[in-house]
Amino acid sequence: MQQLTWKVGGAQGEGIDSTGEILGTVLCRLGYHTFAYRHFMSLIKGGHTNYKIRVADRTVHYHGDLTDILIAFDQRTIDENREELHQGSIVIHDAAFEPQGVASIQTCAVPMRQIAEELGNAIIKNMVAIGVTAAALNLDPAPFLQTVATRFAGKGEKIIAMNNSAIQQGYDYYRRHVQRRFSLPTRKADEPLILISGNEAAGFGALAGGCRFLAAYPITPATEIMYWLVNHLPDYGGKVVQVEDEIGACLMAVGASYAGVRAMTSTSGPGFSLMQEAIGFAGIAEIPIVIVDVQRGGPATGLPTRTEQSDLNEILYGAHGEIPRIVMAPATITDCFYRMIDAFNLAEHYQCVVIVATDMFLGMSKQSAAEFDFNAVKVERSGLISDESLTKLQPGTFKRYALTESGISPRSLPGQANGMYVALSNEHDEHAREEVEDRHNRITQMQKRFRKLSPFSPSQWGTMYSGCDEPDLLLVGCGSTYAQLSEARLALEQAGKKVAHLHLQILAPFPKAAAAPLIAKAQKCLVVDNNFTGQLGMLLKREIGFHHKYISHNRYDGLPLTVVEITEKASEVLS
Amino acid sequence: MSLRLTDYRGARPTWCPGCGHFAVLGCLQQAIFQLGLPPESVVVVSGIGCSGKIVQYYGGYGVHSLHGRTIPVATGIQIANPELTVIAAGGDGDGYGIGLNHWVQAMRRNVNITYLVMDNHIYSLTTGQYSPTSRKGFISKTTPKGSAELHLRPLEIALAAGASFVAQGFSGDVKQLTNIIKAAIEHKGFSHVNIFSPCVTFNRINTFEWFKERIINLDEQDYQPGDRLQALAKVMETDGVLTGIIFQEERPLFHNELAGIKDQPLTKTPLALTREQFDQLLAEHRC
Ligand SMILES: Cc1ncc(C[n+]2csc(CCOP(=O)(O)OP(=O)(O)O)c2C)c(N)n1
Ligand code: SF4
Ligand SMILES: [Mg+2]
Repeated sequence: MQQLTWKVGGAQGEGIDSTGEILGTVLCRLGYHTFAYRHFMSLIKGGHTNYKIRVADRTVHYHGDLTDILIAFDQRTIDENREELHQGSIVIHDAAFEPQGVASIQTCAVPMRQIAEELGNAIIKNMVAIGVTAAALNLDPAPFLQTVATRFAGKGEKIIAMNNSAIQQGYDYYRRHVQRRFSLPTRKADEPLILISGNEAAGFGALAGGCRFLAAYPITPATEIMYWLVNHLPDYGGKVVQVEDEIGACLMAVGASYAGVRAMTSTSGPGFSLMQEAIGFAGIAEIPIVIVDVQRGGPATGLPTRTEQSDLNEILYGAHGEIPRIVMAPATITDCFYRMIDAFNLAEHYQCVVIVATDMFLGMSKQSAAEFDFNAVKVERSGLISDESLTKLQPGTFKRYALTESGISPRSLPGQANGMYVALSNEHDEHAREEVEDRHNRITQMQKRFRKLSPFSPSQWGTMYSGCDEPDLLLVGCGSTYAQLSEARLALEQAGKKVAHLHLQILAPFPKAAAAPLIAKAQKCLVVDNNFTGQLGMLLKREIGFHHKYISHNRYDGLPLTVVEITEKASEVLS
Repeated sequence: MSLRLTDYRGARPTWCPGCGHFAVLGCLQQAIFQLGLPPESVVVVSGIGCSGKIVQYYGGYGVHSLHGRTIPVATGIQIANPELTVIAAGGDGDGYGIGLNHWVQAMRRNVNITYLVMDNHIYSLTTGQYSPTSRKGFISKTTPKGSAELHLRPLEIALAAGASFVAQGFSGDVKQLTNIIKAAIEHKGFSHVNIFSPCVTFNRINTFEWFKERIINLDEQDYQPGDRLQALAKVMETDGVLTGIIFQEERPLFHNELAGIKDQPLTKTPLALTREQFDQLLAEHRC
């Protein structure tokens, strides 16, 4: 694979993010496949933040293990990212400090801060870094100047001119003083690209899937879903409310859904915990609801700006009592879009809770992805009883929770004559007028609710398998670890190993029929979890068995997995 | 077809004979009937408590939600379909204890719903613990030596939080209560109605008689409910033991202040995007 990795790092508040955004935009405009990862801390100024972009000759869903070009505004950037540097890397650092700990790696000093100061404001040193980047990548500075002009259009000619000079001077400085040039992949994308994050894709998918109401409470790393929807839903007949807490957010969405709107809430771990009671309520009252949990490092406030898959247990089993639920774990940014459409169709069809489990890595990373396909978007309405059918009924005989064979009962909406019922958080009978504690009724209603999901099988996207048929080692993961596992499988195959990769995008109802035979055929399974206790591994044991086959690899430092840690572990298991 | 009062009748109540909540149910049904609202156009959202059961006994569309969560559910329904009349109803524990945050936020937002709090100064369904509105020193199962807390003053909070309609009724005066609920439903904006609704089983202090002896009825006074400061003074002057419409003003409605199309039910928007709309959204993400 032809590829190049670039990273810029410094303190928060130094414009690191916009440096990355500008390069990402330019590369996308030039038609390159890119994947960008944002690393930041839960503070406003200071600390360490970085932005990494990987450019490759094909679609990549991961920012790469290594860094070829590191632009460091401070020593801390070098310290924090040293492990990613290799013999061929270059560290371009601000001339204001002498880099430590990179003796064996090429370094070059650029007076980024000084150039910026001479132009009038130290803050634009990040623009100098952009010019330096353009020169190092042998790119014409023009598209960078253009991108900056659009980005700062509202800030006036003077600001744009100053930024442009900074880019130009950074470019010139590097060209004059440094020999080293890096080449970008020769092959570009052959389809039109969009630059989008997992969170934005989830918001877009929600709108395309018919969602017209979002109730949410701000929380990193989920807030971007809210931003996207607040900027778009109102134009399409929808509304967004920032609620006082996640208890209210989830219930407001449940209320809107009861009234007939496709509704959702988006959150991360702490907020998800607050929604537990509401999830049970939606389950027993059979009100469709879509919840996105963009997982972050827990527990409690944990690692608020880091990634983890540690809410899986809570997503799968959370809420007291028992309810049927669908849990999906999109594997890529593009999947975030399509799975949200599925989520809304499924929630309405099965009148149940659908939880979409992403995480900070997937949600906040940005990719130049192939444009989403309009023809693949289907809004499927179901389960709603018509006014006509209702008028044919004797008044007072409509059965909201009718004991049907499928378990799915016709749903009326307030406003419809003759369809009146109470959506109860208590156990109820078919008529849904009052709480009913009769044991026979309890049994039939429980069975009815759990019967609903029995035919559910998400065949095409629920389980993804690649590699040989009877592998010595099967790599198993779910959600955002897809990219690293795919790349690890390829690397292992190239090293002559008999491996395969099974990836789960649906976790509940567990796709046993699809997954069990694949696991049965493998000698051993390496289950990869982005959490401490191996929650996916536990799920597999619980649902499939084959306890003796599993070896787990768990990462819980708040960072996404690397390809190399998987290949190393796999090689160790295989030897 | 003309409407009858029986069109608004649900399951048979299981409240104790003499419970104040009966009057609230009756007045609510009367109010909706007298206003001529078709039953399918009204949604009642209740919480959990003896009070919360009102939705089961009222016969229309309803949600028997969670303890303390009537307001967010009702807000969601109201925003989703502003053509509906949305009424939230619950107890003092439900609204002023566990659910207080939602209530305060909904008042400042001016969500167009009516909120009936059946205030018996006690947690009844859980068989008698003190509630936020219990007076200091109140003896209950969890305060055998008397409660240590100053009681919560819902009317003062409602006025301070920006409620656009604030009233108080009493289960012992159904005529006034019916009129209050009618006015509350007709009011555009958040209508807060606190109702003294005695629990005859677990609260032996704040009985019908206790309230009757103390209540000051604003309807018997020359009082105009248009001034927030005056309303506050009145409430404080009477130690909150008054009935009638205490305050009312016109304010923009939350669902119309939110970005989006005014008064249009979200339920009536087409769900599928056109190819043009889809392309436009894609274009925003092209570089
Ligand atoms: C989250 C939660 N906590 C506790 C309870 C138990 N509970 C049910 S009703 C209630 C108090 C009811 O008091 P109030 O709201 O004043 O209604 P009342 O019964 O007095 O009409 C409590 C504590 C519950 N249902 N849910
Ligand atoms: S316990 Fe009290 S509040 Fe509950 S029904 Fe009986 S009288 Fe009414
Ligand atoms: Mg009470």
